[in-house]
Amino acid sequence: MFKIDPSRLDVAREFKAKPFGEHSPELQYVLNYMRTRVTPDFHVLVMTEPGKRWVLAHMPTGGGVPRMTNQSFDKLEDAEWHVFKLRWKDITGQDLPID
Amino acid sequence: MTKIMGYADRLSLQPGETVGIMASCIGADRFRAEIVRLLNPNAGMGASEYREVAIETPANATYKAREQKIHAGSFGVVPEKWALRGIESFTLQAYVWPTTPKKGARALMGNWAEPGTGFGLALDDKGAAEIRIGGFRLSSGVPMLERRWYLVAASFDAKSGQVKLWQEPIYDKTFHAERPVAVEGKAKASVADKGAPFLFAAWRAGESKTPTGWGRLLTKGHFNGRIDRPRLARIALDRAQIQALASGMLPSGVEEKVLGVWDFSKDISGERITDLSPNRLDGEVVNLPTRASPGHNWTGAEMNWTKAPEQYGAIHFHDDDISDAKWQPDFSFTVPKDATSGFYAAKLVADEAYFYVPFFVRPTRGTVKAKIAFLASTATYTVYANNRSRFVRMLTELYQGRLSMMDNVDILQFEFPEMGVSTYDRHTDGSGVSISSRLRPVTNWKPHGRLWNYCCDLFIVDWLEHTGLGYDVITDHDLHAEGQDLLRPYNVVITGSHPEYWSLEMLDALDGYQRQGGRHMYMGGNGFYWRIAFHPTNPNIIEVRRSEDGVRAWDARVGEYYHQFTGEYGGLWRRQGRAPQVPTGVGFISQGFDACSYYRRTDQSRDPRVAFMFEGVTDEILGDFGVLQGGAAGLEIDCADFSLGTPPHALVVAKSENHSNTYILVAEEINIGHGALDAVQNAAIHADLTFFETPSGGAVFSTGSIAYAGSLPINGFDNNIAKLTTNVLKRFVDDKPFPMPR
Repeated sequence: MFKIDPSRLDVAREFKAKPFGEHSPELQYVLNYMRTRVTPDFHVLVMTEPGKRWVLAHMPTGGGVPRMTNQSFDKLEDAEWHVFKLRWKDITGQDLPID
Repeated sequence: MTKIMGYADRLSLQPGETVGIMASCIGADRFRAEIVRLLNPNAGMGASEYREVAIETPANATYKAREQKIHAGSFGVVPEKWALRGIESFTLQAYVWPTTPKKGARALMGNWAEPGTGFGLALDDKGAAEIRIGGFRLSSGVPMLERRWYLVAASFDAKSGQVKLWQEPIYDKTFHAERPVAVEGKAKASVADKGAPFLFAAWRAGESKTPTGWGRLLTKGHFNGRIDRPRLARIALDRAQIQALASGMLPSGVEEKVLGVWDFSKDISGERITDLSPNRLDGEVVNLPTRASPGHNWTGAEMNWTKAPEQYGAIHFHDDDISDAKWQPDFSFTVPKDATSGFYAAKLVADEAYFYVPFFVRPTRGTVKAKIAFLASTATYTVYANNRSRFVRMLTELYQGRLSMMDNVDILQFEFPEMGVSTYDRHTDGSGVSISSRLRPVTNWKPHGRLWNYCCDLFIVDWLEHTGLGYDVITDHDLHAEGQDLLRPYNVVITGSHPEYWSLEMLDALDGYQRQGGRHMYMGGNGFYWRIAFHPTNPNIIEVRRSEDGVRAWDARVGEYYHQFTGEYGGLWRRQGRAPQVPTGVGFISQGFDACSYYRRTDQSRDPRVAFMFEGVTDEILGDFGVLQGGAAGLEIDCADFSLGTPPHALVVAKSENHSNTYILVAEEINIGHGALDAVQNAAIHADLTFFETPSGGAVFSTGSIAYAGSLPINGFDNNIAKLTTNVLKRFVDDKPFPMPR
């Protein structure tokens, strides 16, 4: 069964450079792993200005009112990278040493 | 925090007609309403600056705010009748199939009411069968299992106080340790409730000051699951008599004591429930539970309820069914005589909260002047109304390849879950939602938020406005009701970004239009995919049975493939001899939601038959830009397939390429799973920009991509997608017939 190798910083860098679009098989495995975990809640974005601003929120799995965070983004790519880093830390126990 | 929401009592109006707007507002004393015509989506970067035109009308005013509640949960009800009066001893019995027996106490049948009057059969808080007589309760003590049939019966002899309760599993092919349970007790209770309606799947909980699903009756204890062959007698029957009654016979010697012999296999398409007894304790179902459900005696040999209705005598009730919120109008709007056809909305604003209540204005019948009609996909919008599932699980992010996104209006459905969900969801008991009504607040028909369906179609409206060619807006609902006659005045009919759901009537109308020379521009992806059935008398309500195949939010259980509203087989049109490739040349091949791509011109684009299309278009790459994830080809995409009905003379003038890993081959194309199902590895995944002529001088142009619409406004409509599409529109408007190629 696939597990994320915390030493594969190249995969993380690939995601940071291109969060949307074609990914390498290694990166796609990492993303699939992150996105198939069963967790009490998961991250979503709440759009506060159409096409311009998004606030990170926690959505209870199965439904419920999302809990907003103080983190907001004006680029979707930045939001994806922020959540990727949070999940990387959560899964591997290690901070991603990439800004 | 202030909340506001609403809905309209009508969907499509002609000038001079009036629509009522219902609103509910919490947290403010007043709200402001303004009638607007929508010209484009509020899409942010790359899109046209958002425009909505205020319509001059007395309806634009400030109104007193009030809260209007929604009473969800389906049930059956028999109005109070003479036969139901004076009951002292009784027997209640039914076959039941509970789906959430662990979810707390639920009603099965009876006239029991809170806090403790009348009599009824129920599930106790552990899911065991229970009899209730006033404040008295006796339980079987054995919780029932999910999705198993039981015969549940209870009797009460008023003279002796003897109470008996049976809970007996019905034989099926599964292995289990269940055994029949029979318990007895003594009750000093009295039925003592005269003149009450008799309910199935709910108990009475008082009266509302405002209309509810049935009069002003408030209900609670909504049962999740199926009820089949319920019976009522004004005597305590013994077990043999109960069996006779359950089997469809009357118990000899006490037949006159039988009050109700309900047969839910009658009138399946409607709301009526039928009592076969001389008492005619007929009633109705409220909030549209699922009918045409296999009953306790379904053998599996017959899938079509119209062929063996006696095996489809179950009604599946859900505690979240909702067919009509029954709100009262707060104001009305009469469409001005000179109104322009288009997408309209009542924009409701209270403090920082806002909500768009959509409706459409079509031209007056018989006075059509425009040559172009945009067919708003109102059937599809209805089917998607309050799509909740996409927000509540990470699966959405998995298949979309990006974080799920919502806005404050989407969040309303989590704050007010009673507004119900869409046919992309499951009920609270896990069964698929097959019925959707628009007679309730809908959070995803709006010009903002996710650029999808209604919102995405506004890109096409924006482009049509830009062309200045003049157009009307008509709706799926009009097409279903009026057929080909609706389309006949127009040279061109444009279908939207995602016209996915079609009734037979709609499809036949479009087919007839195309055969008689009508031109069709299909400006989207994954269109003409699912068969739907409109409610027989209420077109605001649509049913979809997700049978057998396709990319499905849920799959219909075996035996539930036929629509209850019409008896028509549900599922993909592709499985019914009318694949999307027949009317449009293309059909669904893949979906992905992380990034969109572009088309590359093909050699066939040099064919003189399509020279008109490429006048002024010199690029080989088309649509490598767009508001929708950066490209014209993507989200849901279609390709030609000559084996499925693409006309042999069709030209594929451009093909998309370079789609991402999230684009997976659709389920109906996969017989054997393998590891090369994504677009990076599978060349079958692409969109085809397709053109073909039809006999009688018509033609069809198909983009095969939802994202296409989002590329139109880029650079102020000065781009190769807008140019090519406008070329097509101008040629399609021209009366000059298209010759069929030889």
